[in-house]
Amino acid sequence: MIEIIVFAPLLAAIVAGLGNRGLGNTVAKVVTTGALFLSCALSWPIFLGFLGGTAEPGVVPVLHWVQSGSLSFDWSLRVDTLTAIMLVVITSVSALVHLYSWGYMDEDPDQPRFFAYLSLFTFAMLMLVTANNLVQMFFGWEGVGLASYLLIGFWFRKPTANAAAIKAFVVNRVGDLGFMLGIFGLFLVFGTVSIPEILVAAPTAAGSSITFLGMRLSTLDILCFLLFIGAMGKSAQLGLHVWLPDAMEGPTPVSALIHAATMVTAGVFMVCRLSPLFELAPVASTIVTIIGAATCLFAATVGTTQWDIKRVIAYSTCSQLGYMFFAAGVGAYGAAMFHLFTHAFFKALLFLGAGSVIHAMHHEQDMRYYGNLRKEIPITFWAMMAGTLAITGVGILDVFGFAGFYSKDAILEAAYASGSEAGRTAFWLGAFAALLTSFYSWRLMFLTFWGRPRWALSEHIQHAVHHGHDDPDEANPPRQENSDMGEPHHVPSPDKGDGTAGYHPHESPWVMLIPLLILSVGAVFAGFVFHHQFIDSAAFWNGSIAYDEHLIHAMHDVPLWVKLTATIVMLVGLFIAWLGYLRDTSIPGKFADQLGPIYRFVYNKWYFDELYRLIFIRPAFWFGRQFWHAVDVGFIDRFGPNGVAELVDKGAYAAKRLQSGYLYSYALIMLLGLVAATSWFMVR
Amino acid sequence: MELTSSLGLIAPEILLSVAGLFLLLVAAWAGDRASSAISIAACVVLGAAFFLVAPSVCAGAAGLETVAFGGQFRADAFAGFAKLMIYAAAGAALVVAPAFFTRYAAMRAEYPVLVLFGTLGMSIMVSATDLLTLYIGLEMQSLAAYVLAAFLRPDQRSAEAGLKYFVLGALASGILLFGASLLYGFTGTTQFELMRVAMAGPISTGTLFGIVFVLAGLAFKISAVPFHMWTPDVYEGAPTPVTQFFATAPKVAAIALTARVALDAFGTHADAWRQVVIFAALASIVVGALGAIGQTNIKRLLAYSSINNVGFILIGLAAATPQGASAMLVYLVIYVAMSVGSFVAVLMLRDEDGAPVERLADLAGLSRTKPALAFCLAAMMFSLAGIPPLFGFWGKFVVFQAAVQADLVALAAIGIAASVIGAFYYIKVVKVMYFDEAVNVVRDRSDWAHWALLIISTALMSPLGYLLTGPLSVLADRAAASLFFLV
Repeated sequence: MIEIIVFAPLLAAIVAGLGNRGLGNTVAKVVTTGALFLSCALSWPIFLGFLGGTAEPGVVPVLHWVQSGSLSFDWSLRVDTLTAIMLVVITSVSALVHLYSWGYMDEDPDQPRFFAYLSLFTFAMLMLVTANNLVQMFFGWEGVGLASYLLIGFWFRKPTANAAAIKAFVVNRVGDLGFMLGIFGLFLVFGTVSIPEILVAAPTAAGSSITFLGMRLSTLDILCFLLFIGAMGKSAQLGLHVWLPDAMEGPTPVSALIHAATMVTAGVFMVCRLSPLFELAPVASTIVTIIGAATCLFAATVGTTQWDIKRVIAYSTCSQLGYMFFAAGVGAYGAAMFHLFTHAFFKALLFLGAGSVIHAMHHEQDMRYYGNLRKEIPITFWAMMAGTLAITGVGILDVFGFAGFYSKDAILEAAYASGSEAGRTAFWLGAFAALLTSFYSWRLMFLTFWGRPRWALSEHIQHAVHHGHDDPDEANPPRQENSDMGEPHHVPSPDKGDGTAGYHPHESPWVMLIPLLILSVGAVFAGFVFHHQFIDSAAFWNGSIAYDEHLIHAMHDVPLWVKLTATIVMLVGLFIAWLGYLRDTSIPGKFADQLGPIYRFVYNKWYFDELYRLIFIRPAFWFGRQFWHAVDVGFIDRFGPNGVAELVDKGAYAAKRLQSGYLYSYALIMLLGLVAATSWFMVR
Repeated sequence: MELTSSLGLIAPEILLSVAGLFLLLVAAWAGDRASSAISIAACVVLGAAFFLVAPSVCAGAAGLETVAFGGQFRADAFAGFAKLMIYAAAGAALVVAPAFFTRYAAMRAEYPVLVLFGTLGMSIMVSATDLLTLYIGLEMQSLAAYVLAAFLRPDQRSAEAGLKYFVLGALASGILLFGASLLYGFTGTTQFELMRVAMAGPISTGTLFGIVFVLAGLAFKISAVPFHMWTPDVYEGAPTPVTQFFATAPKVAAIALTARVALDAFGTHADAWRQVVIFAALASIVVGALGAIGQTNIKRLLAYSSINNVGFILIGLAAATPQGASAMLVYLVIYVAMSVGSFVAVLMLRDEDGAPVERLADLAGLSRTKPALAFCLAAMMFSLAGIPPLFGFWGKFVVFQAAVQADLVALAAIGIAASVIGAFYYIKVVKVMYFDEAVNVVRDRSDWAHWALLIISTALMSPLGYLLTGPLSVLADRAAASLFFLV
């Protein structure tokens, strides 16, 4: 069964990818979407089996892969609680995104390619989560990276999309290097790449030390730190986060699937999968906590200032991943996985909802040109509302809450309850980030769905109004990147008084709305239904992650104010957003003016891109040019290919000259050859 | 008794000479009208000779029972192996000829007869174990070849080719004879067996000179650098079927003869002549490759290609081991098939008026006008360049392997490096055919014989050829063993 779940998407990707246009859009869509719904339908029973406690973890062998000396591993599919959670998350979101793309990509000329990539991604992600050894996990890890690259750059005629794709790939390579070094190190220390064997052997290595880069370090700390670098790259943690916002250049369904619900959580998954190892590495865990908390706060601050609807959600993703990591860092792996689970639903929902808004607004992504859309696209509005209630964590203690209420509360409680200094710091940073989360989420809602229509200022809308609504030229949304600019670049046009420019947004087709509705159900109920199992049940986890009974008890015994913190800051954030974006819309402008430097610092994403350009990219290009001019052209080409070719050319000319056609010169050469041979023997 | 067994051993040669004389009479009697009948008869004779030789090759005949006429002639498996190639190549030269000569109204009855006599000479060459037998065979082959080169008498280039070949051939013969007389003077014998015994111990300068002169004379025949100068001119000037003949049968004969002289007569002093052979091998590879690059005529290009290939074959000789000799034979089989295929392809190229096309530039766009022909020729070129999985790679591989196992690693390495240069011009031909815009309309006026030969040689050079590696190696190993079988 698990084989079908994993390999059906691969088969579909091969069929759709190789068939491509020969197959036609409909066949490609039906094959890939059908395969994903099949995988999804088979995944839920597995998950429910683990939920009910009836299923047993197991490993299904597929093929023997490598046997070289003491290095030996198989292709095999591991199924346990952790995998089962990921299976339902991946296959459900992927299936819904496939369906949603029927509507969203309807006008795109390259649909088979798109769907093939999506299915390929799903396959790679499934390989990652079912891996029983680190090499197979790395295969999936690289596979999702490849698919992400291909999908970010899907509109390859758009230079910004290509640049974003390359950026994502390169930044991920940095992380991958860490991951690889981690795998090498684990093999070095334990002599195996099998995850269960490593986890069993791990306690024996506790307390040992290893020399790395000339320093004497605790073995497990350094190994876990290297693995965490890999996780940082994939999960866009502070420092290696720069690719995620740019990845929004890809089509919105891709953002929902890869850059919100699944791939970016691979890092969290990996840390949880190896949690017994991390449990033995206190220093590495502290680093995880701190980086997670810092990312959580950093991304939330940036999210408050962005205008592009997708970027706001992208930074929100980055921030939520920070929550997951610091939960894992303090040892609450169950809470981390729970947040991953709920986040997948509400974040996919928010992205797909944003996609629906963008679709309705004729590919306008700037929230400054939205407003008052709740009456125009009510279903999308209510879906987005569910997502926002979930992400901001609305709920009443012990009664009912939306998905994020349970998972985020659990994380904050765990951070507080851990008692460590890093944990307490993470608690406060997380609480403040929760305030910001609430603020930017409601800001997004208010700007988009309330207020007066400001559509007339958008050139996309202008274009749509003047050129007819379904202009075929608009098949691709070749949107310019504008978030680097402080001011809108749109050409103002005479407002017709109501700010609509005569434009009528249209609700998306049902293929797009149905996934929204299904995900809304998840966003509303996922927390309420599952929180007991995920947080409180060691039996549910069944040994697939490190489960700390102690911490769980401590979590339940935290003071009441800690439990209420998340709700309080949520209300504060909501209030500020209401104040600034509904009641008196001049406040944000004044605020930005008065705190100019801070505003610009945050608006420009803490200048990470500029800093990296200065210290990495420019020197790298400089080195590249030097090597190109001096070494490649000046030395290798000159004395290598070009030099040899020139020599051959001259030789050929000489040979031709020698072949004069005169008999006597031929005879002379023969005799000279003879004389040379005899003299050689004479003098020898 | 001795005479009867000797006559039995030279049965193929007797058959060839009797048939040659008889067909000559027929030609004199019936004139050119009978030329096609004589061609067919000559082919049948060659086929008969082929089957007379085949058993000894399969059996790996060696030792005393192969010696005829008191040590002047030996019909062992090595000679037999070479003879099979020679007969097959001569047959191919007969088969392709009529279509070519008919255009010039020059299909003369003498052509098949001359080929037969040439073949007889070669047959004697490869079996010669005495300097006199050697010389008779060599001259018999050469005289037939001089006439064949000038066969298109009205064509200036053909006449020039014949004359050049004759003059330089005479010079080479002179050198060879001088060397032979030196050897006779210093060893007191002309028989290879006795010569090897006489040479044992420290070598005298006179003997050394004799060896060098004899080898130089033979190097002319195999067109090894620096005795190669005639090759491009003669190959270009001679009628294409004759060129094909020159590139195949006499090469096999001369190389087999050289191998026998070097390994048998001079076998005790391999260290002395090895240096000369190594130099000739490397020089041939490099000059062959460099010379070919500048060529615009396909036949000249193939002439340099043959020089280049001879270099690789000499690497096998330089090894001076049974394995090296076996590798030479394997390489020769592949080389003959490739050469026949390439020249047949060239023969099939005609322009609008039916005149032969020889310029490289005229091949432009052949892949579109004549895709099958272009494909076969491309296969030949890739095979000549030694690119796997084509069979040409195998020949180079076994030769280099033999060199490495004889501790001539540097020689093998340089040979491999130089073969890269060779790949350039072979692939250039493919480039011209497949990527250049067509300028002339090339048509082929070929008959079934051309296509049959081309398809056979293409099939041999295709990866299918590797199916033959087993039996081919077994036969070549046996043949090489018989060469090293001391009587």
